[in-house]
Formats: sequence, structure tokens, C-alpha cells
Amino acid sequence: MMTEADVAARVQEHFGARVLEAYSFRGQHAVTIAPKDLREVLIFLRDVLKFEWLADLAGVDYLGFDDREWRFEVVYAMLSMENNVRFRVKVAVTDDSVSVPSVWDLWAIANWEEREVWDMYGVRFDNHPNLRRILCHDEFVGHALRKDYPINRRQKLSAPSESILCVRSELA
Amino acid sequence: MGLESHVSQPFLATRLDEVINWGRKYSLWPMPFGTACCAIEFMGVVSSRFDVSRFGAELVRFSPRQADLLLVMGTITQKQAPVLKQIYDQMPDPKWVLSMGACASSGGFYDNYTTVQGIDEIIPVDVYVAGCPPRPENVIGAVVKIMEKIDREKAANWR
Amino acid sequence: MSHPFSKSSTEVAPLHSDLLTINIGPAHPATHGTLRLQIQLDGETVANAAAEIGYLHRGFEKQAEACQYQLVIPYAERLNYMGPVHNSNAWCHACEGLLGIEPPARAQSLRVITSEMARIIDHAVCIGTNLVDMGALTNFWYMYNYREKIYDLMEELTGARMMVNYARIGGVCLDAPEGWLESARRVMADLAEVLGEVQGLVSRNRIFMDRTQGVGVITRELAISHSVTGPCGRAAGVNWDLRKAQPYWGYEKYAFDVPVETTGDTYARTMVRFREMEESRKIILQAIDAIKDGPVMVSDHLVALPPKDKVYNTMEGLINHFKLVMHGIRPPRGEFYSATEGGNGELGYYIVSDGGPAAWRVRIRPPCFANYSVFPKIITGQLVADAVAALGSINVIAGELDR
Repeated sequence: MMTEADVAARVQEHFGARVLEAYSFRGQHAVTIAPKDLREVLIFLRDVLKFEWLADLAGVDYLGFDDREWRFEVVYAMLSMENNVRFRVKVAVTDDSVSVPSVWDLWAIANWEEREVWDMYGVRFDNHPNLRRILCHDEFVGHALRKDYPINRRQKLSAPSESILCVRSELA
Repeated sequence: MGLESHVSQPFLATRLDEVINWGRKYSLWPMPFGTACCAIEFMGVVSSRFDVSRFGAELVRFSPRQADLLLVMGTITQKQAPVLKQIYDQMPDPKWVLSMGACASSGGFYDNYTTVQGIDEIIPVDVYVAGCPPRPENVIGAVVKIMEKIDREKAANWR
Repeated sequence: MSHPFSKSSTEVAPLHSDLLTINIGPAHPATHGTLRLQIQLDGETVANAAAEIGYLHRGFEKQAEACQYQLVIPYAERLNYMGPVHNSNAWCHACEGLLGIEPPARAQSLRVITSEMARIIDHAVCIGTNLVDMGALTNFWYMYNYREKIYDLMEELTGARMMVNYARIGGVCLDAPEGWLESARRVMADLAEVLGEVQGLVSRNRIFMDRTQGVGVITRELAISHSVTGPCGRAAGVNWDLRKAQPYWGYEKYAFDVPVETTGDTYARTMVRFREMEESRKIILQAIDAIKDGPVMVSDHLVALPPKDKVYNTMEGLINHFKLVMHGIRPPRGEFYSATEGGNGELGYYIVSDGGPAAWRVRIRPPCFANYSVFPKIITGQLVADAVAALGSINVIAGELDR
């Protein structure tokens, strides 16, 4: 039986100094890594440690949270049904000039989830097939879940016809 | 007037407004524009226990062109707002709008970047129903209010 | 040479073969909410499909960052309007994990009972509306009649029908009124009859089987790639239920099966839901039998509001109440991911706390988001009418999908 602590130890052992930060809280473990190592870590987790599932993918904005060197984190919540264990991989994104490699080819769910992180935080994903807004409308300016976006700054969508009748590029 | 002697069949005299309004109010054709929680509660309104058909408004039309009562049920977001406007514009006159629930009426407790603070920013509303979601009785009460409103209207005012 | 339209003609006129692009939604009766699809049709077959979401994006995550932990409960409930109780129970469960506390046994049992009722309502509405889409209206009335009975129970327990706001961080807000558990037992006994009626109408019904078997197939590989959990995943052969695998609220004490099918089609999903309702009934009856007397809230004064007589009669109680309402519950600095088995799959809450009364970041992992992302793939190559049947069986709840 593998625990989260074991997984964290295995990842740290395998990636050594490339793990920027190891984190644990109430029995849950996570590692923070740089964007360039992301795919390697996730493939290691998937193929070696049997984390078949990408349960969740989320962005976090740490602007003003503490003195960490990066502003954003993209969190990959992994699940191994075989070992019944969870693990989180966090990617440190200094600011929105840094992009993260997309994992949509490893897990198809990442396609939409990455679009959501782009929509909400403005974190770009490399090699994403269709990186455009998913929840907010196309005319939206800015990224709503950023800490410096005021909660009630509303942006009206102007014309109904444009948003309703346009044919999406992914269809063509 | 001695009119009876000229007509062989029995007849009833009334005003045009009254007979038209009578017809309209007992045969409302609702178009449910359901987006969120209230739409689920509206299904309760039409189904067996509460049964809005007792008030002649059970024939739910999903095409705005065949409806005269627009039921807006649920939160309207900025992305959805133009759709709602378009659907309202597609409805033929005469038409009435029932705003069901806190979100449709005022944005509810969603006071943030994405929600429209009440559909009256976009389209005119006849009856607001309070509640999150409103109870089915409350919705039926609102339908009755619409009927009362229809009763007071001048049929000629609608094109 | 005969006229091409005459019956004796052997000539077949070439068909115009351009793809037809049509738009379904976001206000379409078959979309059950605010989904929008664009599909390209080759005849009646879907050649290509794309989904657009976000029409019910209500800013839950931003809103949850802006208000205290306990004030998120009603927002959490409105994410899933099919079975709202479960979402608030799950939110409180996540906060409790962050705080490192556990609710008392009686509260846990009440959460199990209400959550399973939510699952039954969720599946009842899903099956009922899905069958309406396929033209079987009767089941809708049967299912809704039963749903009203559960709503009556909810009303008796909490005062509200649908959005009950029942869970609290550290327990539940009220104990069950006298006789409530007995009425719950009676209502559960009725479920067998309703399920029998509806299943009798559909499960061996030739039309229903033809409409659903082999339609909208989610394979196991597709389920893993798209992270499809819950009934949709189990219909595709993913034998995974968080109530069994990572039990919470004492689910390990109850005997129940996890229904699994292998075909992954619309028929399998419907059957899994039927059987899950039956399992939920079993769990509720066991929970009613095993429920212990005792408090329904933790006694920690940093989490639970003091009883009203203390608030009105003692200075300490009043101060405690005031502090908790004004300054909120303050979990330690940290981050926590908590997952429960919602009506449609893994319902996760990822909370980052900065030690303040409001979360720094709340991320909900909605089952519907993952389940719906697979939808454009599974309808490609199918008839457009079958797409509607498949959509209903996935049970996409726009509130969770768009948050």
C-alpha cells in the first residue's frame, strides 16, 4: 500500500533538486516544480507510479499571499485508482510571460481545464490546440480570478448576433 | 333596443377587450427560459402535485414564436444576456414576462463580474417572484397575477 | 429514359453533399439548461461537434474567495440544483478537513441520509427528463411525484424544499424532528414501487433499448482520459466509488454494492442510475437503523455557534456568537483537497487558506465539467436524435459545469 508520503518521497528521489518545494498538510502531499519539468513529472507519475487519472487542474494566484518568488501556480491533482492514493503536482509560474506545457495529449480533460486556467488567470499553455476563453465571453478583457481583478467589474457583451451565430474555428 | 327581434340565435353582449382578455388569460402559453435552479423547481410547478394546467398555462412552448408568457428562471450571466434579449424580441405581441427567483429579479446573491443584476436591465418584466428558488405555489400565484394584469389591459394597446 | 422521380427509374440523383452546420442551444429544451452545441451534419449523422460552455458562469470561485467559509454553504448548494444537499455537505466536509475536525456521529449519519436522498432525487430527475427527451413522458410524472415526497421530508427537516442550507461546518444545523426518521423510512419503502413502475416501463422496452443501446458510448479509455467518474464512469467499467474507496461520514459501516456496467452506452448509464437509487435506499435504511443519539454539532467554540439560550443569557455566549459571526471561522494556513462522491462523480473542493476568515482560493472540481468534455467525442458518428438521448443520460448540470 502506497501512501502520499511514499509518492512524495519517490518523486523527490527521482527528480532531486528539480523539485522546488515539497509540501505536506494533514496527510496530503504536493511538490512544486518548474514548468519545463511538468510533462516529465506527470509522465513519471502516470507510468511508474500508476497515477492514471488527472482528477483536477486548477490555477491559483498568490499575489500578496507570501514572499514566494512566483505569482501563479497551476495545480494538477492526480489520482491513482490502483493504489488508492492522491497526489498534487504544482507548477510555479513566475508571471504571465511564462507559459506551461500543455498536457492535453496525455489527458483529454486538460484541454478544457487549461482553457479555464487561461480564461481565469491568463496563464498560457504551449501547444494547446485551441487556447481561447471557455467560461467568460469573448469580449471579456482581463482575467477574472486574478487577485487584482475587482469582483464586481462587469463587462457587458455587446451584440447577440456575433456571439450566437459565429461558427467556431474548431469545427472547421 | 329591440335587437333581439332581428337575430334568431341567442347572443351575449360584451366589450371586445373583455372577451379578448378572457381568452388570453386562460390560455397562456409559457416559454420557459430556464437556466438554473429555478428551472428545476418549475418542473415541479408543471408536474403532478402543483399542476399549473389548472390555470390554463401548462402548454409549455419551447419556441418563443409560439409563446406569450416568458418565464425567466435562473441566473442570467453576461454571456447569456444577449440570448435572452433575442428570445424576448422573437416573441410575438402580446407578451408578458415573469421573472422567477432572486437571480432573475435582482442578480440574487451573485454580485460579481459575470452576473446581470436583474433581467430588467435587458427586458421589461411584469411580475417578479421572490425566493431562491420560489416555492411552486408562489410561481402559480405569479401566474395568477399575470392573469389579473391581462384582465386590466386594453387589447388595442397591443399591436 | 424514364423520369428520375418515377418508381421505375434506376437512376439515383447525386445528393448535395455539403455538411450542414446547426446550432443547438443555449436555450434549447433538450439541453436541460444552458449548454450550447454546434454540430455539422452529414445527412442525419453528426460529422463533427463542438460544445460551448460558460452560459451559467456565476463566478462561484471568485464569490467564495470574497466571503467567509460558512457563507459559502448556500453558494455551494446552488452549484448542483438536482441534489443540492450533497454539495453543501461536501463543502463542509472539505472545510472540516482543512480545520482538522470531525463532526459528531449523529451529524455524519444525517449527512449520509440527506446526501443519499440528494442522489436519489438527482437520478430521478435525470432519468425522468432523459426519458421525456425520448418521448416517454409518463416516467417523468412518476419520478417527480416521488421527488415531491423527498422534498416534503426535506421541508420537515430543514424548512425548505430545495435549497435547504442544512449543513454547517462541524455538523448540521438542526437535529431531525421527532418522527422524521420514521417518515423517511416510509418514503424509502415507496421508492421500490416507483422504481419498479418506471423500470417496468423502460428497462425491457424495445423502443427504449433501440434508442439507447450502443448510443453515446464512453469507453473505459475515454473515461480515464476525460476523467469521467460517477455513474457515467461506472457504466464504462470504471469500478470506482469514493464512498467505498475513500470512505467518509462512516460509509464503511454500510453494506451496499457499487453497480458497474461495461458497455458505457446510454442504456448502461440509465441502468446504473436505477441500481444506484436502490443502493442509496439501502444505505438510508441502514443509516436510520444505526443512527446514534447525541449532538449534531461539534462543541468547538471556534467553529460552532453557541446554543441560543447561552447567547441570550450569558455574556460569554454572546461574545462567542458575535466573534464567530463577525470574524468567521479561521482555519490554519494551508491547502487541502477533499473529494466526495457526488451524484455525478467526484466532487472535489480544493481550498487554499491564508489563515483568514475567507479562503484564499476555492476550486471546485465539478464532475459535470469532466463528464461533459467527453460529449462532443461520443456523439460524433451518431444520429443527431441519439445525441439528445446521450446528453440526457450524462446528466450535465450547468451550475456545476460553469460554476
